[in-house]
Amino acid sequence: MRKRDLQNTVAVFKREFLAYFNSPVLYVIVVIFLLAAMGFPFFFSRILDSEDVALTERFFVWHPWIYTVLAPAVGMRLWSEEHRLGTIELLLTMPVSPWQAILGKFFAAACVWLIGLTLTFPIVWTVCYLGNPDMGPIISGYIASYLYALACLSVTCAVSAITRSQVVCFIVSVAFCIVIALIGDPGVTHTIVSTVPSWAEGVVRFVSYFSFMDHFYELTKGIFVFRDVLYFLSVIVVTLFITNQALRSKRA
Amino acid sequence: MIQVKNLIKVFGTKVAVDDISFSVEKGEVLGFLGPNGAGKSTTMRMVTGYFRPSSGSISLCGIDMLENPEDAKQRLGYLPENAPLYSDMTVASFLGFCAEMRGLHGADRTKAIDRVLDMCFLDNVRNQSVDTLSKGYRHRTCFAQSIIHDPDVLILDEPTDGLDPNQKHEVRGMIKRMGQNKAIIFSTHILEEVEAACSRAIIIDRGKVVADGTPDKLKKLVPGANSLDEVFRSITKSETALKKAA
Repeated sequence: MRKRDLQNTVAVFKREFLAYFNSPVLYVIVVIFLLAAMGFPFFFSRILDSEDVALTERFFVWHPWIYTVLAPAVGMRLWSEEHRLGTIELLLTMPVSPWQAILGKFFAAACVWLIGLTLTFPIVWTVCYLGNPDMGPIISGYIASYLYALACLSVTCAVSAITRSQVVCFIVSVAFCIVIALIGDPGVTHTIVSTVPSWAEGVVRFVSYFSFMDHFYELTKGIFVFRDVLYFLSVIVVTLFITNQALRSKRA
Repeated sequence: MIQVKNLIKVFGTKVAVDDISFSVEKGEVLGFLGPNGAGKSTTMRMVTGYFRPSSGSISLCGIDMLENPEDAKQRLGYLPENAPLYSDMTVASFLGFCAEMRGLHGADRTKAIDRVLDMCFLDNVRNQSVDTLSKGYRHRTCFAQSIIHDPDVLILDEPTDGLDPNQKHEVRGMIKRMGQNKAIIFSTHILEEVEAACSRAIIIDRGKVVADGTPDKLKKLVPGANSLDEVFRSITKSETALKKAA
C-alpha cells in the first residue's frame, strides 16, 4: 500500500468522523445506546438481584437488538447523503479509489461505535466492585459486541450506497439486520422446518448457519473462537464489496 | 491535453452521447453548448471519470482515464453542475479536505487554501458554515475546490449558473485568465459568454457534435445570421419544432 493510498483513506475518515461530531446524530445515538445498554441490565435483567457477576446473560445479551436499530442510524448517512447532496460526484472525481473512500467512511462510523461501547465501562467497574468476575468472558464479550455492531454497520453501508434517501436506507437496513439475527433463532428455525417439505430442511438449516446470533453467543461465552471472529470479518468484507459494486453500478 | 475519441454512452436503450470526439490543447478554452438534455453533462462526467463510457477513450495530459483513473484525476479540476458541497463543513475545512484529497499536506495545504480563498474572494466567509452561504458564495467555494491543486485540466459544468451579473463577469474573467496556461472545458447556456471567454466552441445536439470552431467561424456557418444566438437556434432544432415538422 502506497503512502498516498493511506493518506486518502485518512482524509476521508477525518472528514466523515468530524461530520459525526458536527451533527447531533453522534450525541443522540451514543446517549440512547448508553441508556439502553446500561438500563436494560438493571431494569429487565435485574443484574443486581443475581448471585453471580457474569455479564454475558444480562449485559451483552441485549446488544444485538440495540445494534439492529441503532447501527443503521449511524451508517445511513454514509453514502445516501453523498448521493443526495451530489457530493459523490466531487468525491469520485478526486484521485481516490472507491475502496479508499469506502474504508475511510466505514472506519469513521466504526469509531462512533468504539466511543459508544467504551462509554459502557461503568458496568464493568460495577461488577468488579460487587464481586470478582472472570475477565475472559467480559473481554471476549466486548469483542463480540463490537464485531456485531460492525457487521450491522457494513450491511447499512451497502444499503446506503444504493439509495439517496436516508429513511429508506434506515428501514431497509433494520429489516436486513432483524432477518439476519432471527434466521439462527432455534424457535424460528423450528417453525420454518416444520412447514417446509422435508427435502428443504437441509437448506433451512444451512441458511441458519449464516445468522449473526450463533456466532455472537459463541464469542460471548468467553471462548475466543477464531472461527466466529473470521465469520464477522468475512461478513464485513463481503458487504463492503457489495458497497463497491453498488457504487459502480450507480454511475455505470 | 484533453483527448476524447469516439465517446459513446448508452443508458438502457437511450443513447445519451453518440460518438463524440474532440481535443483541447493547452491555452485553449472550449465552450460546450447545446440545448438541455443534449449530453453536455454526461460527456463531462465521462471526461472527469465519474461515468464509465460505453465505449471510446479519454486521455488527460497523455494519461488514459480508463486505465489509470487516479493519476488522470490528479491532473483534473472539476466543478459539477449545481456546485455540490458538504453542508456540515466550513468553507476553510471543506477546502482543506479537498486539498488533502489532492495530496497537499502541511504548509502546502495552508498555502493552497489561502491562495484560492483570495482568488475566489472568499476570505470573509472562510470560517462560515457552507449551508449558510448564498448561492454565489457556494458556487465560488466549489470553484475554489476545483483549482486548489492548480490543475492542468479544468472542467466546469455551468460555472456561471445562478450568479449575479457582477459575479458572472468575475468568473468569466477568471476562466479567461486561467485559460492561458491550462486546458479548460466549460458548458453554458449563455451565448455571450462563449464570445467573451472561449477560444473555441462545440455545439452538441442529441448526443452528437453538430458544430466545432471559433466563435467567429461558428457565426459564418449559417448564412445571414448576425449572432451566435441565431446560429444556435438554427442548428439545434428544439423539441417542439421537431414535433411540428413531424
